[in-house]
Amino acid sequence: MNKSDLLAEQIREISGVNPKKCMKCGKCSATCPSFDKMDIKPHQFVSYVDNDDIEPLTKSKSLWHCLSCFACVERCPRGVKPGKLIDAARQIAERQRGGDYLTPDEIPELFDEDTPQQLIVSAFRRYRK
Amino acid sequence: MQRIGVFVCHCGSNIAATVDVKKVTETALMEPGVVHAEDYQYMCSEAGQAKIAAAIAEKNLTGIVVCSCSPRMHETTFRTCAERAGINPYMVEIANIREHCSWIHKDVEEATKKAVILMRAAVAKVNLNTPLKPGESRVTKRALVIGGGIAGIQTALDIADAGYEVDIVEKTPSIGGRMSQLDKTFPTLDCSACILTPKMVEAAAHDKINIYTYSEVEQVSGFVGDFTVDIRKKARSVDMNKCTGCGLCQEKCPSKKTPSEFNRGLNTRTAIYTPFAQAIPNVPVIDREACIKFKTGKCGLCSKVCAAGAIDYEQKDEIITRKYGAIVVATGFDVIKLDKYDEYAYSQSRDVITSLELERIMNAAGPTKGHLQRLSDGREPKNIVFVQCVGSRCADERGKSYCSKICCMYTAKHAMLIRDKYPDVNVTVFYIDVRTPGKNFDEFYRRAVEEYGVNYIKGQVGKVCPEPDGSLTVYASDLLDNKQLRMSADMVVLAAAIEPSASVRQIATMLTASIDTNNFLTEAHPKLRPVESPTAGVFLSGVCQGPKDIPETVAQAGAAAVKAIGLLAKDKLMTNPCTAKADELMCNGCSQCANVCPYGAISYETRLVMGPGVRENRRVAVVNNALCQGCGACTVTCPSGAMDLQGFSNRQIIAEVDAICR
Repeated sequence: MNKSDLLAEQIREISGVNPKKCMKCGKCSATCPSFDKMDIKPHQFVSYVDNDDIEPLTKSKSLWHCLSCFACVERCPRGVKPGKLIDAARQIAERQRGGDYLTPDEIPELFDEDTPQQLIVSAFRRYRK
Repeated sequence: MQRIGVFVCHCGSNIAATVDVKKVTETALMEPGVVHAEDYQYMCSEAGQAKIAAAIAEKNLTGIVVCSCSPRMHETTFRTCAERAGINPYMVEIANIREHCSWIHKDVEEATKKAVILMRAAVAKVNLNTPLKPGESRVTKRALVIGGGIAGIQTALDIADAGYEVDIVEKTPSIGGRMSQLDKTFPTLDCSACILTPKMVEAAAHDKINIYTYSEVEQVSGFVGDFTVDIRKKARSVDMNKCTGCGLCQEKCPSKKTPSEFNRGLNTRTAIYTPFAQAIPNVPVIDREACIKFKTGKCGLCSKVCAAGAIDYEQKDEIITRKYGAIVVATGFDVIKLDKYDEYAYSQSRDVITSLELERIMNAAGPTKGHLQRLSDGREPKNIVFVQCVGSRCADERGKSYCSKICCMYTAKHAMLIRDKYPDVNVTVFYIDVRTPGKNFDEFYRRAVEEYGVNYIKGQVGKVCPEPDGSLTVYASDLLDNKQLRMSADMVVLAAAIEPSASVRQIATMLTASIDTNNFLTEAHPKLRPVESPTAGVFLSGVCQGPKDIPETVAQAGAAAVKAIGLLAKDKLMTNPCTAKADELMCNGCSQCANVCPYGAISYETRLVMGPGVRENRRVAVVNNALCQGCGACTVTCPSGAMDLQGFSNRQIIAEVDAICR
């Protein structure tokens, strides 16, 4: 297994999501509130994981624009839960930076000034010690 | 001592790729009673069967074991083959080394070991088999069709045209079913009523067809060829013989607020009502829950205006008990409830509707007289959005896992009809896939796109928000352009998934017909016996078996009719000889077997029982062979071991277990 495959496997494990279940309906991207800011859209995220193409994901701006509002998770008719995949990719990206967790001090540096509050709250919920 | 022949089938590579068939054959020769063993590529083929027949003749075989596929597949084939070759068909046993072995294992060594064990068990059983002779049962030359939609009507017409009596039981006040609610039909765009109502009239006028509307099947007993069915004819409160169908009662009825079932609740109906103007029979019913007379005792207006004196408030439900040879289930479908899909705002806005509701709006006899309008304010919509796959192809519990099959086509139909009649209305369809297999179906969809300018977008709607100005904002994706769309619409139409009618579970239970996890009735074989239930004498017609459109439903209805006719044409049926039998010397008359028998096949009689050291009058169990289905419940219940199942005796089963454990 090469590195990218391994990372894809990790994302599948962390998220508990099987991207093969996706039927490419696009419902996740239909209501994503951060859609316009994302370079890789929620529905594309699923394909990238499915294709073991992980490096673009860990470098993607989308990681830091996902609000973790979970509208995509709630509405996905196939139970693919794109939001959870993004969550997992974010975790991988963090691990690659050398840590499992963010400290509260680090978080503001990751955002530009347009970043919605919800994302910050969500990040704390997810990455607090 | 039996002389047993063992025949091992390769089933092409189905078995031979996983099971060492040669080894199974060689091992068989060492089993007690086995005097012949051979293997062949396709045992079920003519050449394979000839090998069995030749061995029976040459080796004087008395019993046969075929190691092959499931007995559900070819037990009959091999039994018939043995019978032709001169031995009793019940001397044949199948060792299922395909479904139970080669298909589910990968390791050749392990699979071969298991195949040998299965073969041994079958040989051990055949050593104790005895020839059995089937009895005969009569066939009642009358069919029951449950459900009076297009499936039920067509089945009834076809059976009746073959000369057999048919009863249709329909739970609503009129036959016609879902098709009577439709406006136009794809792919020809002809009017649904124009092609359905003549069939309804034909069924009603047919001298071999008897229609019970506002009636439900209450109880079913018996078996193939000889079912006994109780039908509850609900009190109509109107005398069918006196009513002239003038409709005055409905005009005068002061209780007008009940949502109309026929119009999907888009408008209301009176308490005394016929579902629609072309209803058959054209005799109203009184909805006793809504009727003021029944609720308060006052009113009685309908009775006063009825010149024929047909109103009968005292009428009671009536139970009709009848015998039938065959039963056809044609219970149809409903659309799913959308309360779990609140993102589409179906419960929040009256302008978010289902496709079936749109059918009623588009229908000239519907609540808006066929005028396309918003239900909230009566305005003509300018932008309509269609959403496909609402609840279909869903992996979670909110929806259905299957494709509802008809939505792509009826949405193309709706889009086309709207663009034809209202060319200034913009129609957008959001789709995941457009599925249009069928004669002239894809051409139909392409016409919607190419000639009628319907805007098809590959993507899904994520949510619909009702705005204060009465419009609807639709959030959707356009996957081909990789865009998120936000568009304003006046009306949103949801292609809600279809599901089997709620009543089908109860009916399936009464008929002991199996249903799948989606409540669709199961076929006896998904490819080769698609219109028969595994329960003998029960046939399937229409959407109760799986999603299908009108042409498919009519085709299946005809096929179900042919199967029913094939049964009714017989004077007698061979019964299964594998029935229970009580050993009167061991039976102590405790009644436990009768209590567990699902078929009511066991009764008791007091008779003189004579045996070694016994001579007394005793109460003993007696099995009615015509009723017994050989389920074996009594044999495991009997505390004294008196009850035995012929062909599956306790000794035989223990011998099989012993062989497996050896």
